[in-house]
Amino acid sequence: MLKAEGVDKSYRVGGMFAGSKRQVLHDVSFECARGECLGIIGESGSGKSTLGRLLLGIEKPDRGTVTLKGRNVMDRRTRAGALSAVFQNYRSSLNPYFTVEQAIMEPMKAARLARDGMEEKIGELLQLVGLPAGYRSKYPHELSGGEAQRVCIARAISTEPGCILLDEAVSSLDVSVQAQVLELLRSLKERGRTSYIFITHDVQAAAYLCDRIMIFRDGRIEETLETSKLGSVRSAYARKLLASSITI
Amino acid sequence: MSLWNQLSKDKWAVASMSVIGVILLAGVLAPWIAPNDPYAVQMRLRFASPSWEYWLGNDHLGRCILSRIIYGIRHSILWVLAALAASVLIGALIGFAAGYFRGRTDAVLMRICDVMLSFPGYVMMLAIVGILGPGLENILLAFIVMKWAWFARVIRTSVMQYAEMDYVRFAKAVGIRHRTILIRHMLPAALPDIAVIASGSICSMILQVSGLSFLSLGIQAPYAEWGMMLNEARAVMFSRPELMLAPGLAIVISVMAFNFLADSIQVALDPKLRTKSARRRTKEAENKAYEYVRG
Ligand SMILES: Nc1ncnc2c1ncn2[C@@H]1O[C@H](COP(=O)(O)OP(=O)(O)OP(=O)(O)O)[C@@H](O)[C@H]1O
Ligand SMILES: [Mg+2]
Repeated sequence: MLKAEGVDKSYRVGGMFAGSKRQVLHDVSFECARGECLGIIGESGSGKSTLGRLLLGIEKPDRGTVTLKGRNVMDRRTRAGALSAVFQNYRSSLNPYFTVEQAIMEPMKAARLARDGMEEKIGELLQLVGLPAGYRSKYPHELSGGEAQRVCIARAISTEPGCILLDEAVSSLDVSVQAQVLELLRSLKERGRTSYIFITHDVQAAAYLCDRIMIFRDGRIEETLETSKLGSVRSAYARKLLASSITI
Repeated sequence: MSLWNQLSKDKWAVASMSVIGVILLAGVLAPWIAPNDPYAVQMRLRFASPSWEYWLGNDHLGRCILSRIIYGIRHSILWVLAALAASVLIGALIGFAAGYFRGRTDAVLMRICDVMLSFPGYVMMLAIVGILGPGLENILLAFIVMKWAWFARVIRTSVMQYAEMDYVRFAKAVGIRHRTILIRHMLPAALPDIAVIASGSICSMILQVSGLSFLSLGIQAPYAEWGMMLNEARAVMFSRPELMLAPGLAIVISVMAFNFLADSIQVALDPKLRTKSARRRTKEAENKAYEYVRG
């Protein structure tokens, strides 16, 4: 489904001419299978969000390719309707000038879905993420954090994309709301049509949701393993990461 | 449209917008509302005092001052606004390209802007007028050439900040084309900032055009322009000082109106300033304020 092959990325630090380059991702390769939920966990600054941006085709890798069903994601037409995302910051994820309805419709228009069914579809989507139908005419500043993130999720699944990337999608929510949204994501996952890439630093959230977990460190894949075998990690770093999350 | 709502609550903004509206309308409709022919020379009426036929009197050639003031709006204000619009448009195109696409596009465009900005503005303006010869169109051309770079820089900074928003990232991720993103997301977000810088620089442009016309570098006789009218009145400054009054006031009033409007736009858009002005209003309007805020 979504496949990264030998992806490198570096950013210039310092000035335009004087600055040196700092490599954030080193030769990252993996594949997320159809219908699978893949967790990517790692410390802050390990390059998870950077990887996310490359997977979404927002930025171009320096080397290597990211493909969706064999087609390069850097091509806009590959992504339209087939790839989607939910970001951490629910406040800046919704255009303040758009109503909920307009926001959810945006990717559907990009995917050139038929217009006539859209109205009902939006009603269904709102119901699916647990929001009343009356919310379709609300503006983002009228929503709570959890509601805004639900709208973002409804927007992400509106085109029934093959793959959705969630970058810290629950991290900035309240703990009780976090649980609700995780539950929602899990129920969506059960529908089985979509692959999820769940980027987080919260091991427990990843373990709750994901089939397979990839441990990320300093821009490299340290280890990938099934969630059920999480107890038997090999690398010292992964063990440390797990231990620290359990004690908290 | 929240900008509009904010402005309509601010009485200084409403007042300045009305003044500007009247001025613009008078300029557009000059041939119909001017009481006399602004170019008709009547030596018999030299320096005549105000009369029922010539409300503001007549100048050194016996021409109707009021009609010349009204016709002067076209050159002093309308053409200046057109030049401003042109330079903002160029600046916006370049600023949007640089701020949205970043990278190499940004680097190249901004170096060009830096080069343009490193020329001293006034000197360059005089140089351009010197090369092309005096005339309003040459001054306006010089304006456009000299100002777009500054607009481009400011607009780029504003666009950059919005291009980092997650809703723009999302739009890119779901494969919406850049043109659509620029129009649907970036333009509405950056428009208020553009309004602030544009309204802020109108005043200096009006004053500069009048100033250059005062120095006889701008529009040429017999056309009417406020700065030039001031210059004509200067010759009789001591015997008939009142002749400076009409063009001088016209300049002061219109610059003030644009200035107040610029300030109000800025206040309406800056949440921090807005709460302050809201507080000011609360004091003024006491319990009516609630209805205002709910608006
Ligand atoms: N646009 C950029 N320009 C320069 N450096 C960047 C850029 N984006 C990310 N970096 C650098 O890349 C590194 C990885 O950042 P990234 O945001 O991917 O980390 P992360 O794993 O998502 O961290 P967190 O868990 O805090 O979100 C950081 O050191 C950051 O400074
Ligand atoms: Mg991150």
